[in-house]
Amino acid sequence: MLSVRQICKTYPGFGIKDVSFEVQQCEYFVLLGPTGAGKSVMLEIIAGLTRPDSGSVLLDGRDITGEKIQNRRISLVFQSSALFPHMSVYENVAYPLRWCGRTRSQIDQRVAKLADDFDFSHLLEARPQTLSGGESQRVSLARAVASEPRCLLLDEPLSSLDASSRCEIRSLLRNISANGQLILHVTHDYTEAVSLSTHIAVMEDARIAQIGTVEEIFQHPQSQFIARFVGIRNFFKGRLKAPEAGGTSLRHFATDGLSFSVLTDRPAGQGSVMVRSEDVTITNAASPTSARNNFAGPIVDIAPIGGGVEVIVDIGHGKSLEIAAIITNEAVSALELRLGKKVWVTFKAAAAIFIEG
Amino acid sequence: MRSTSGLRTDSLSLLCAALGGAVLLFIIAPLASLCLSCSLPELAETAGDDEVQASIWLTLWTSMAATVFCAVAAIPLAYLLARKDFPLKGLVSGIIDLPVVIPHVAAGLALLTVVSRGAALGRAADKIGISFIGNSLAVMLAMAFVSVPYLINSARDGFAAVPERLEKAALSLGANPFRVFLTVSVPLAARPIISGMIMMWARGMSEFGAVMIIAYRPMITPVLIFERFSAFGLKYAQSVAVLFIAVCLVFFVVLRLLAGGKKDAQR
Repeated sequence: MLSVRQICKTYPGFGIKDVSFEVQQCEYFVLLGPTGAGKSVMLEIIAGLTRPDSGSVLLDGRDITGEKIQNRRISLVFQSSALFPHMSVYENVAYPLRWCGRTRSQIDQRVAKLADDFDFSHLLEARPQTLSGGESQRVSLARAVASEPRCLLLDEPLSSLDASSRCEIRSLLRNISANGQLILHVTHDYTEAVSLSTHIAVMEDARIAQIGTVEEIFQHPQSQFIARFVGIRNFFKGRLKAPEAGGTSLRHFATDGLSFSVLTDRPAGQGSVMVRSEDVTITNAASPTSARNNFAGPIVDIAPIGGGVEVIVDIGHGKSLEIAAIITNEAVSALELRLGKKVWVTFKAAAAIFIEG
Repeated sequence: MRSTSGLRTDSLSLLCAALGGAVLLFIIAPLASLCLSCSLPELAETAGDDEVQASIWLTLWTSMAATVFCAVAAIPLAYLLARKDFPLKGLVSGIIDLPVVIPHVAAGLALLTVVSRGAALGRAADKIGISFIGNSLAVMLAMAFVSVPYLINSARDGFAAVPERLEKAALSLGANPFRVFLTVSVPLAARPIISGMIMMWARGMSEFGAVMIIAYRPMITPVLIFERFSAFGLKYAQSVAVLFIAVCLVFFVVLRLLAGGKKDAQR
């Protein structure tokens, strides 16, 4: 278990204030925030590369705030490759295994196993400079795992990759997490957070704005900032169904007794659907439309929000399932919207974004 | 327009080539003239001269030993300068460059005030049976003094160019700072370190002023050339000079090639 308590660190013109959170074993914890929110400083403090002004870091109950980096058993994976360019892929992965009493054949076995797990057995003799972005990130992860860290720190590990390697590394990260590895992942990209995390802490202005599960953060953002930063109130966990015969990319996504139509070519499986509030329209009566998603329900909240009005409609059957629409003040009066009124909400299948994980 | 600007570039290149050629000629002409003024039999006779052989051998090994000994202390200092901020760092960098700017005869005198038999260090060394004066140790001291800035500056630039990210990654993988220094920082800065060592060695080998003051004997080749020139004249000194230049060139080229080969192996 990793526990961060009341960490403060001040730099000229910047700093982090009173940051506390806890990450349990087996959790995949994402620290989400915009650039400059202090996420990377937090990571450096946990890794031991930077000393905090006050506060403490505990790993498995032991205070490691003043511990040397090399004794912390915390491994760091960076955004861009930090593979040693003067060593082969094999030597890179073997680096943390050397100098600690292992025999040559033990090291060979361990590297071969990791190379197999992370799918780069054919690259062991290669030089890091010749690898693609996805390949070097696979090797970096394998090297970090080789040191058997108590905690794995990831600093924007996907942001310099192309879409297909990103997908590949995501599933690799899920596997590492499934093996019981404690992971702390720093990112500014909410899709990474949704796709990977079990828990999220949102960092805002050098402090933690909210901590919770993915659903809690996206469905009930506690501040304007989070709502604006994550941008998407309509967040549903569920299961994407396999394409029907005929093979169009219009697919069904089942969540809490409702089924959404989603445009995607991802394989069937668990995931989340997100719909931007701006993409949801409200009508007083069902009318023919090109939009594939039409649901009826009562209005449960009307709240002014930065220049518009946020209308929340409960479209659930028996169990509450809220969907938010951002519309103009004029629309509210023209449609005579008020609490409890039954309305129709509509959004296009193309507006529903599916993220697997 | 295009042709005019092309013409301009051409005339500029011509001017640069002409001026550059003059500079090259300025370097090559005296050397060529010196070499051509010696006949092969003269050179062969000089090469067989025991005194000349001994001095060339002495010059080569003392300059190399000075470089290797100094490297042990100078490379960690270069690392410190590249990586850490500490009070008076600017002053330290300035002090390191001092030997380059002061006259080397003055550097020799300065060294003499520390290691002569009357001085504290000289007395202490004398007690344990070491004498700096008139010893190859003194030659090395003078060579190292005037040439060590080349190594430190080159190594410092080399360390500064190693991405800190790699050192941080190595630490987080459980390696202690010494291991990180030896297995990551030094190998990645190897090229600038080696080229700094070659420069230091070459500079030390060609040193005359400081060595002449502190150790006229045993005689290194530059001092021998000077002595033959002042005692017997140009004709007598030039064959030694040509021979020494040739030896230096061969070593310089071979070492450069070896260092270059190492670089390729690293890639």
